[in-house]
Amino acid sequence: MATVINPADYAWTGPGVDTDEMVVNMGPQHPSTHGVLRLELRTDGEVVKAARPHIGYLHRCFEKHAENVDYPGVIPYTDRMDYVASMGNSLGYALAVEQLMGIEVSPYVGTIRVIMAELQRIASHCVAVGTYGMDIGAFTPFLHLLRDREKILDLFEWTCGARLLYNYNWVGGVSHDVPEGFVKACRHFLREFDAVTFPELVDLLIGNKIFIKRTAAVGVCPVELAISYDLTGPNLRGSGVPRDLRKDAPYCGYEHYAFDVPVGKGQHGPLGSCFDRNWVRVEEMRESSKILHQAVERLAKMEKADVHEKVPKRVKPAKGEIYSRSEAPRGQLGYYLVADGTGVNPYRVKVKSPCFTAMSVFHVLAKGMYIADIIALIGSLDVVLGEIDR
Amino acid sequence: MDAKAISERLQARFGDKITAVSLEGKSPFAVVTAEAMVEVATSCKEDRELLFDNLMCLSAVDYPKETPPRMELVYHLLSYTHHHTFALKVHLPREEPRTASLESVWGVANWHEREAYDLFGIAFSGHRDLRRILLPDDWIGHPLRKDWQDPDFYNGLHVKPTTQMAERAMGGEKIGVGPFDFTPPNAHMPD
Repeated sequence: MATVINPADYAWTGPGVDTDEMVVNMGPQHPSTHGVLRLELRTDGEVVKAARPHIGYLHRCFEKHAENVDYPGVIPYTDRMDYVASMGNSLGYALAVEQLMGIEVSPYVGTIRVIMAELQRIASHCVAVGTYGMDIGAFTPFLHLLRDREKILDLFEWTCGARLLYNYNWVGGVSHDVPEGFVKACRHFLREFDAVTFPELVDLLIGNKIFIKRTAAVGVCPVELAISYDLTGPNLRGSGVPRDLRKDAPYCGYEHYAFDVPVGKGQHGPLGSCFDRNWVRVEEMRESSKILHQAVERLAKMEKADVHEKVPKRVKPAKGEIYSRSEAPRGQLGYYLVADGTGVNPYRVKVKSPCFTAMSVFHVLAKGMYIADIIALIGSLDVVLGEIDR
Repeated sequence: MDAKAISERLQARFGDKITAVSLEGKSPFAVVTAEAMVEVATSCKEDRELLFDNLMCLSAVDYPKETPPRMELVYHLLSYTHHHTFALKVHLPREEPRTASLESVWGVANWHEREAYDLFGIAFSGHRDLRRILLPDDWIGHPLRKDWQDPDFYNGLHVKPTTQMAERAMGGEKIGVGPFDFTPPNAHMPD
């Protein structure tokens, strides 16, 4: 007699193991949160239903301090905001005060500033892309990139004595002229960067099939969202918007250099993904190298000039206000300065930090993602908590 | 469009709701009444000639010495299409300043408004999540207001500058809580 199988006999009855919604706390000491970011994630199994970032763990009252010191005294505090790219912060502040006072620095100082800013951009992107690789499981590129960043820090140390927090860009000049032989050392660095570091980075990380598969469809940020939440810099360009202040509103003589603005192409998935943002950073390193080649040769041809020539004895702007922007490695860094015309202290300094606005879009992008992809998302936005919290 | 054309366009459209325009400074702006801010901001974003799709920065400034004393909110706008910038300002009273949230217009306003609330005590009607953002949740007061006084203690910890503590300690006053005692060791020594 044939066995009759009744499917109903095999159906699951009774209660099962359902996934409940669970609130998971991530950070502030989580290694992938790039500092002290705390995330509250409402999860259903592996999927994030809602996310809420908590910031402020590194708040050091920058804006309050700035009101209690004189204008040049603010510069060391700006260094400590985005400590991975200090040159960019102090440059933005120096430009803001110079515009407020109507100071125009010499082309010699401008060229030095461009060199320092671009070296810093390469160093900063080395950290950004290197730690990103480490976040998602590629350890080797991180070591290679930090090794090469070290060479840039050596150049900075040689110039101004500091490796991380430089106090280099002053109002009306820079703190130290470049040392004898700096041009030669820069050429040497660039040769090595172009021949070894950059191809190595492309081979090891950004062109790596595992890396591409891991990032190409994750954390997609559409253009409208990026603009509404004021994403700037590589994050915005990763979404395909070719906006770069060095091209759009040149400062420090950026108009004299030939370079391209890389934008995300979405070559491996939707446009605006984690891959695109990192690809833009890597391409930017190549462009920075282009700028540096030109700037170094420009500097070599220039006559030495006094880098303190335009540094005012007393920085006391007339009553007024200014909103000044510059292209820091992480995006547009804005300073809103209000001078009351009576004291030597700024009346108000407000910083628009590119990381702050990049983090504010996080909860929108994170919704519906896997927890593992959250790590990939935070790293690709390249936030530095020192700048978010100020 | 340059700042003059932008301000004229705004004035033509909104009349009395634009209370002042300044074009002389390095950062031109128009002052908008608090009630009309949402309407003006929405129009700035949607007007085809203006298209301010990006809020670059939202700053609050405290002016207690102006007459009348006021808080100011400064919205720096940028158009990615037309490449022009402009600033809108809103004047608020220093006592219980309140204005409408602009998150529905520019998403980034959410966190900027929370920061203004945290550091200046400006309330934003219609804000979905008006909590402190940079300071701890149990912090009392809004430190970037010009009349701010540092508290003596925060959760039992001294927050006054140490020079003041040293002066008070040198004056013989015993300060500190629990096991903390900031009296310098030589204060107990005989002359």
